[in-house]
Amino acid sequence: MVELGEQEMTNQTVDVAVIGGGPAGLAAAISAHEHGAKNVVVLDRNSWLGGILPQCIHDGFGVEETGKSMTGPEYAEMYIEMAEKQGITFMRETMVLHFDKNRKITAINKNGLHEINARSIVLAMGCREKTRWNIMIPGDRPSGIYTAGVAQAFINLYNIMPGKNVVILGSGDVGLIMARRLKFEGANVLGVVEILPYASGLPRNVVQCLDDYDIPIFLNHTITSINGRERLREITIAQVDKNMNPILDTEKHIKCDTLLLSLGLIPENEITKNADIKIDEITGGPVVNQNLETTLDGVYACGNCLQVYDTVDMLALDSRRAGKNASNHTTDRRIKNELEIIPGAGVRYVVPQKVNKAGITQLNFRAERPREKSTLHVIANGEDILKKKLPWVNPANMIKVDVDFTTEVLESGKSLEVIIDD
Amino acid sequence: MKNFHVAIAGGGVIGSAIAWELSKYELDVVVFEMGSDVASGSSKANSGVIHSGINSATSSLKARFCVEGNKILQSLADEMGFQLQWIGKYVIAKNHDERKELERLKKVGDANGVFKLKIVEGGEVNEPNVSCHSALWVPTAGITSPYEFTIALAENAAINNVKILLETEVKNIEKNKDGFLIKTNNGEFHSKLLVNAAGLNCRNIVSMLEEPDFQIYPCRGEYLVLDKNYNSLVKSMIYPVPPKELGVLGVHITPTIEGNILLGPSAEFVDDAKDKKTTKEMMENLLKEAKEIIPTIPDKAVINAYSGIRCKLASPEEGGWADYRIENSKLTPGLINLLGIESPGLTAAPAIAKEVARMISQSIDLKTKDKFIPAKKKRKRFYGLSEKEQANLIKQDERWGRIICRCEQITEKEVIDALSNPLGAKTLSSVKYRCRAGMGRCQGGFCTQHIVRIMEEKFNMNVKDIKLKSPDTNLFYGRTRGARND
Repeated sequence: MVELGEQEMTNQTVDVAVIGGGPAGLAAAISAHEHGAKNVVVLDRNSWLGGILPQCIHDGFGVEETGKSMTGPEYAEMYIEMAEKQGITFMRETMVLHFDKNRKITAINKNGLHEINARSIVLAMGCREKTRWNIMIPGDRPSGIYTAGVAQAFINLYNIMPGKNVVILGSGDVGLIMARRLKFEGANVLGVVEILPYASGLPRNVVQCLDDYDIPIFLNHTITSINGRERLREITIAQVDKNMNPILDTEKHIKCDTLLLSLGLIPENEITKNADIKIDEITGGPVVNQNLETTLDGVYACGNCLQVYDTVDMLALDSRRAGKNASNHTTDRRIKNELEIIPGAGVRYVVPQKVNKAGITQLNFRAERPREKSTLHVIANGEDILKKKLPWVNPANMIKVDVDFTTEVLESGKSLEVIIDD
Repeated sequence: MKNFHVAIAGGGVIGSAIAWELSKYELDVVVFEMGSDVASGSSKANSGVIHSGINSATSSLKARFCVEGNKILQSLADEMGFQLQWIGKYVIAKNHDERKELERLKKVGDANGVFKLKIVEGGEVNEPNVSCHSALWVPTAGITSPYEFTIALAENAAINNVKILLETEVKNIEKNKDGFLIKTNNGEFHSKLLVNAAGLNCRNIVSMLEEPDFQIYPCRGEYLVLDKNYNSLVKSMIYPVPPKELGVLGVHITPTIEGNILLGPSAEFVDDAKDKKTTKEMMENLLKEAKEIIPTIPDKAVINAYSGIRCKLASPEEGGWADYRIENSKLTPGLINLLGIESPGLTAAPAIAKEVARMISQSIDLKTKDKFIPAKKKRKRFYGLSEKEQANLIKQDERWGRIICRCEQITEKEVIDALSNPLGAKTLSSVKYRCRAGMGRCQGGFCTQHIVRIMEEKFNMNVKDIKLKSPDTNLFYGRTRGARND
């Protein structure tokens, strides 16, 4: 493996610069190299590669992709080895401060500031966790409140116990996995509180992490107060009505010293916004076309900074596409027709948000709510260009379909709509 | 047991300002602070506003010390190296009736010696997101970081031999003929004079020596903090016309010195001065009231909420307004009481400190120190430097090149410097208030683990001793099962 950025101030030109060395960045870099990019550099803020994976010591990674179940560190190692074999360059403990319209990246590390001129850039910065204040949980401000990923890092990377008697708010996958992990470490996991009528993590995680360990899940419940002026002492939970408002006479107190928050993830796109790239307000990621190219020429996006994925396998497959397209990027393209793809009734979002080329395009989207026996419609000019029965949909499961956009559809100039109905 | 000339109860902005003022003289001074750092009460949880002095009745102590403090602050900021910006404020009137109130405020301000007050029409208000009937423009109002200010004073005082004892609570005080015997959880101390700068606890201190002739009415104010991404919403402070009751200024929109925006504070009298919770009602109400001024504030802009407690000497029934009491106790000679120091206490602090020094000089001869060590000029934050300056720093020390807090771009060097403070404060909050790590939109999600690692590796701290903010706020319960025990 090559390490760059050892000089105080470097100024270099590369074919593809990948920002972020997590699973998305690694997959994109490898794919870019496989598709002809000679000079590929991956910049990462951490001292390690693989992003969040090294702290995900549970298994289940790689099943869709390789047919075998790996732990997070094993899965990361697989990609790191591939990247090493290909001679991809890494700059670790390196933070990208900004990049400009000409794809000049300014980054910083212990050796100084670095300028990298990239023919194309792949954004793969991942995401961050929602905090207490994203949902404005009232009450005291004691110690003992952690986001699930931070607690996971302390336990799995540093062998530090953040709590003994734990309640988890939110039933996202990290929260479910942490419930089991804390149980293994001898903590009391008193329950998982979920405001929705269903768990928001994958069904298999509900079974394997909660049911198997008799950890209760309080559906249709939320936290109405955090109590404890020093260390957390107690939380108050209440059932919610149809409008998600707490029903006060259902309030009950749970004594605990630790609250883990598994409230969902927010794509990290501060440098994207600084480059004036358009952001989709729903996904929190950049607006992209069928090539996963953002609104800034030559800048592609993949992984959790594009949209929050269910599994690393799906994320890596899509990221490979971004890497490939970045590798094949040419600046002399003329784009005539660009159609918007709009999430319609029953659909929360669609990625890509735009299409400008006829042919088969992969759409990723999420349903607005769980439903059975529903039908997916991709509509152009009031007519279905794709109609598909979906026996079961759940917002926790991303849906992927291939749609063949004809030249006539593209030339119609009218936007496309994706809907789910009964 | 050590003998001191002056003991100060309380390490808030008032106690710290007095400690710093006294550190210029040949005196032995001790400060008792029950929190794990200075500025751990009301001094850290306020708007961070340098007030002009338009809001307090003419010839009140509040008006006098506010106006005096306002005039000293720029030179103090230059000397101490804390940040200060004179961004000015608009008090906005929604209608003709409220405009009359602006005229009244201007009259009070003029009488108090506040310069350059001006009433402008709605169209002349230089804030594109704010619409109003008319406004009072107050150019002499500014902003600072209240904790950075307090910390700067306390740290420089400590360097000049003031003993600042953290996590030290005054338990009992005995008056004797030479002064006071002060018993704390951290030992016994003797002092000739005692300055009561204990803020919300000022009545407790008095009651250890005499029957207090006053009550404290804690009044909670909640705030919301907005993401820096929305800092272009306003450039100056936007205040409503003060509500008639409660003696408070109303929910205002305040840019912070670090580029966030604060919404608040609410005003709610509470029974318990330690009850600093935030409530659903108030959080919703703050957003609602702020949106009445700027409708485009998005809900998702909020990254944090907190509350602070005002130390009021007047009950809500009495209208909530009372003047400061800065006085020698009549019953206990040698006790200097500072009572009811609420807003504009931050602005008034340096002027109050000078007044206290004057009061002390009546019983102790104040001799200027030969070797006063001036505050080190504080470097700008790394992210505020030019790229060339940044590169130069990294060349000197590679720790400048490791970013610990991603959201605010705070480097390893800045975190280590924060942990090496002369007060010995070593909580996660003391790092946060010194270098800002953890104050961004992820609220410590990325940097907490790295700061903890630095605390363990570079400062030999046991994980069980790592605290969030105060003595009983441990973060961890030791190692996981099977991990090496330490």
